[in-house]
Amino acid sequence: MSVLVFIDIADGQIKKASFEAACYGAQTAALLGTNAEAIVLGTCDADLAVLGQYGISKVHTVADPKLNHFDSQVYTKVIAEAAANADVIVFSNNTTGKAIAPRLSARLKAGLVTGAVALPDVSAGFVVKKSVFSGKAFANIGINSAKKIIALNPNAFNISKVEGTAEIAVFNTEIPASAVNVVSVNKVTGEVPLSEADIVVSGGRGLKGPENWGLVTDLAKLLGAATACSRPVADIHWRPHHEHVGQTGLAIAPNLYIAIGISGAIQHLAGVNRSKTIVVINKDPEAPFFKAADYGIVGDAFEVVPKIIDAVKKLKGMS
Amino acid sequence: MKILICISKTPDTTAKIAFTDNNTKFAADGVQWIINPYDEWYSLVRAIELKEADPSVVLHLVNVGGADSEPIIRKALALGGDEAIRVNADQSDSYFTATQIAQIAKEGSYDLIFTGKETIDYNGSSIGGMIAEILDLPFVSHAVKFDLAGQQSTIVREIDGGEETVQANLPLVVSCQKGMAEQRIPNMKGIMGARTKPLKVIEPATSEILTTVVAFDLPPAKAGVKLVSADNPEELVRLLSEEAKAI
Repeated sequence: MSVLVFIDIADGQIKKASFEAACYGAQTAALLGTNAEAIVLGTCDADLAVLGQYGISKVHTVADPKLNHFDSQVYTKVIAEAAANADVIVFSNNTTGKAIAPRLSARLKAGLVTGAVALPDVSAGFVVKKSVFSGKAFANIGINSAKKIIALNPNAFNISKVEGTAEIAVFNTEIPASAVNVVSVNKVTGEVPLSEADIVVSGGRGLKGPENWGLVTDLAKLLGAATACSRPVADIHWRPHHEHVGQTGLAIAPNLYIAIGISGAIQHLAGVNRSKTIVVINKDPEAPFFKAADYGIVGDAFEVVPKIIDAVKKLKGMS
Repeated sequence: MKILICISKTPDTTAKIAFTDNNTKFAADGVQWIINPYDEWYSLVRAIELKEADPSVVLHLVNVGGADSEPIIRKALALGGDEAIRVNADQSDSYFTATQIAQIAKEGSYDLIFTGKETIDYNGSSIGGMIAEILDLPFVSHAVKFDLAGQQSTIVREIDGGEETVQANLPLVVSCQKGMAEQRIPNMKGIMGARTKPLKVIEPATSEILTTVVAFDLPPAKAGVKLVSADNPEELVRLLSEEAKAI
């Protein structure tokens, strides 16, 4: 009986969302009076013993290069074997977790809650709070089965470190052949992934054209932030689709969301309203976004944003 | 070739989100219901495009829902589905729903099963993966592009921080999102034709129910926006640093 956390590796490094999942798994294990262990699939150079600092006692590795390309069917079979003694299995609710967790749920007949935002309530049964209606509400879901699977939303759970080193153990198993052949991978490197970013700077049609995006990217670079955009901006190809946040795009929950020239239609708010602090810069004082914001400036982005950039530089001692 | 397209009924994207019965039920009064946008705009329309390219393709729709799902099923038929099956049950638990669809998929021996990447109400992203596992089929999630040459599909899928291109042979399960296709509006011929297309209603197969909704909550209301003068953006940076501790 234990908690098993799936650790997702990107570019040889443990993803931030997986550190969150590790802490979540460790604290869930503490509630249940058991240990949290982790599993890592594929070859990886990252120091896995460091997971001990996130509350993981033991890391199971399956360092087979066949696992370096992701296939949900193969991953599910391997994780199902490793999870034979686990009562709770934790994933991050990112694209990898969303592809494996439901398969594993069906395979193990383990009730699944995706999009979890808080530790389970184990006082009566096993109830997990999750985000629903694209961030506009929460649902508390009871899991009835003996085995349980939780996929934790990125940026929903604070990382807290402890002293410790995780033991590394090789998990031996037969890796089945994959029916999905990866032809090419196209990753934006050197940029902060939008779903994991602490700060996101986002632009809308108020910026008038893609040639003005320097305002957004300069401020983002200065803040170590990811960039995003509203749906119309992606639809008219000013920015790539993967930057579109909102109801039909990506739902994000950064610590700080700065919206420049976005009016704040309800569909846009659905993708960003879990952000901790929202700043809106818009020249229209009636823009609905101000109602959902924590801080706002009614003004012309082309005048205001350069001044903000200067003030941030001053704050960071860069000028 | 036979494609099974899973469609779900969701509240309109602008619907007010509120709950009744001691916060255990969605307040459906006055809510307009739509086909889940991911199911309609991306998965169904892409399937219709495949049929347009090859008229021998057959498109079957499946919905797990009550009789109140029929308007959205008729709309999907008006857009271009050939036939529909409604499993007469509430969509309470994703495993239950996936079991129903997997049963139909098995009996109908489909080459391809399309789902949306998630529903905009429950945000579960679960049905496609569960169906694939129950049927022991490959599953490609978050597809933004789907092409077919004979039995081989080439799919571009979103991954964290980018995209990857994969190839897989049919049969398989694909979850679809933005990029797959563009939204369409049904035309009059489609709407008239949809009235007479077959819509079969079947009773659910027995299945375990692994999860139950205990209660819903609404997030606490925001305290209200603090406005800073456009002449003094330095003040905004100070507040973000000292008060919000966000930078």
